[in-house]
Amino acid sequence: MIEIIEILLSANFWAAALRIATPLIFGVIGALICERAGVLNLGIEGIFTAGAMAGWMAVWLGAGLWGGVLVAAGAGALFGLIHAILTVPLGLSQHVSGIGVTLFATSLSYFIYRTALPDVSSPPRIDAFQPLDIPVLSELPFIGPALFQQTPLTFLALFLVLATAYVLYRTPLGLAIQAVGDNPAAVESQGLSVYAIRMGTVVAGSAIMALGGAFLTMSAFDAFFFGMVNGRGWICIALTVFASWRPGKALVGALLFGAFDAFQVRLQTEVGSFIPGQVFLMMPYILSIAALIVVARRADYPRALLVPYFRGQR
Amino acid sequence: MIRFEPRPPASVSRMLGVSLAAALAALVLAAIPMLFAGLSVFEAYGLMVKGAFGSLFAFTEMLTRATPLILTGLAAAVAFRAKLWNIGAEGQLYVGALAAVAVGTGAIAAPAFVLIPLVVIAGALAGGLLMLGPTLLKTRLGVDEVVTTLLLNFIVLLFVQMMLEGPMQDPMGMGWPQSEPIVDEAALPKLLDRMRIHWGLVLALAASLGVYFLLKRTVWGFEIRAVGENAAAARHAGIPVTATFMRVGLLSGALAGIAGVGEVAGLKGYLTADLSPGFGYSGIVVAMLAGLSPIGVVFAALFIASIFVGADSMSRATGVSNYLADLIVAMALLCVLVSGLFLRFKVKFITAPSAREAGQ
Repeated sequence: MIEIIEILLSANFWAAALRIATPLIFGVIGALICERAGVLNLGIEGIFTAGAMAGWMAVWLGAGLWGGVLVAAGAGALFGLIHAILTVPLGLSQHVSGIGVTLFATSLSYFIYRTALPDVSSPPRIDAFQPLDIPVLSELPFIGPALFQQTPLTFLALFLVLATAYVLYRTPLGLAIQAVGDNPAAVESQGLSVYAIRMGTVVAGSAIMALGGAFLTMSAFDAFFFGMVNGRGWICIALTVFASWRPGKALVGALLFGAFDAFQVRLQTEVGSFIPGQVFLMMPYILSIAALIVVARRADYPRALLVPYFRGQR
Repeated sequence: MIRFEPRPPASVSRMLGVSLAAALAALVLAAIPMLFAGLSVFEAYGLMVKGAFGSLFAFTEMLTRATPLILTGLAAAVAFRAKLWNIGAEGQLYVGALAAVAVGTGAIAAPAFVLIPLVVIAGALAGGLLMLGPTLLKTRLGVDEVVTTLLLNFIVLLFVQMMLEGPMQDPMGMGWPQSEPIVDEAALPKLLDRMRIHWGLVLALAASLGVYFLLKRTVWGFEIRAVGENAAAARHAGIPVTATFMRVGLLSGALAGIAGVGEVAGLKGYLTADLSPGFGYSGIVVAMLAGLSPIGVVFAALFIASIFVGADSMSRATGVSNYLADLIVAMALLCVLVSGLFLRFKVKFITAPSAREAGQ
């Protein structure tokens, strides 16, 4: 018991929690705004992979780190555009299109990586983002090491939470996004284009998702591995429901998730000899399902989620 | 501008046309990554055809690869018919294989005509029960089954790894994470001498006929289709919607479970954690290419299997990554999705009225 409290009180632990949460924050924010506009984006798993691969490869080819981030976002936007075209004006099944985009983005990323690097035994590395050492703040007790010794992408993720909340709740654009997810016909009657708003939101959301992938190869690790996304995208879809489609709650959900994951890694070193490692590796997925079950009864889905909108049709 | 006008339900021949067009489009699009990899396109296609159909061995390898794809394709088709989005065939395949190993590695001593059915039933049951969980969560609590089935795939794979490094590890396996071998009485017999093709194919074909019959000729099948068309209307008409979802979930999971049985008891002979190179996910593509028709699934599985086997062989000859196969399959899914539009809608190109007409 004492050990558990010691873990929870250590700054290192919370630093790790925030680090683990970062790709999830990008993913949940991206998924959340797509769904707020009425489009479920199951392309997320593939978009993560594409962002991870494209960002890493851009840096490896000589672009700067921020150049890599832009390339990753661009790759995400491109796959988002495919999903947007298929599901918004064409009104095709969001489930199947999303799975299709995931399969397409994943296999294309793997194929390009393998074609560019046909026979490397150990994946080549890049100089990844380093933790920022902000002079005064990082020396604060506890908060310093937990919050202010993260890489720039973590700060970008936190900033995006604020920016998303602001845009969603405080701007006409945000209101329009929420409205196309709840009652698209009403938006059309205001003279706004449902198609344009939905497609733009899906593209933007996909670009943000891809940053979660970029974090993996450019900050958490410094190389690209096959299967490195490992279900993080699906976890984000579950967390989106858990967060009731609210940016603030999304941040809390991702942090809780990161904390739990960081905790089980530390627990593993304590009791790892009695329990097989796979049990711990299963935890994130089990936790995601549990989170879905907990909120299932009161989940307040955007009313037009999964419902295609056809112009001039009621 | 372009306008979509709804059409009446499509005829079989038009559905066939759409599937063929999508398959062809995917193959044509595949030329782009081939060129990117520096291949000569026609030579590459030639190598692929040769790799899948060039010899009796190649052809039987293709059929062997199609066997699990037929079953996972059926699993997706029957579930999608009811709009139950089972994306968990991969996990259901693995629990099926695990059950086959539990029953078929010597725990039960019985002659083949008892043990083989037992192994198949065990695998089907395991797969079905795994899918029952997400189905129950969907019907009772409204938990989205897409996410739960997807997440279960990861949980199951880790569980299999745990079993293969723990209680189910082969003590004679030199420490490799693999199960004990399936005993001879539990193994699905080979169809041809010196080839890998096995009775799983017959099982898969029978399953396809069975599902066809179920959907077309039985009350349950009618209920499945009705729930898929419009669950609210079906409930209003007195169709037991919840029970129908349960049946579909069980059946869908069972079919994927049998795919796992075939791979372990018909092909590999023992279980490893890399048993399936994504058969569960490819099954979704198979089902969509088939227009969710159980007979069509067989042909779609043959197409996807020839891409995989052909691309493998082409990859060995040219050194180009065999992720090309996954890429073609993914493009086939997107193509069939788009071409499906031509089933549901007439696409009309409307020209804007000219100024003179407008002035009249």
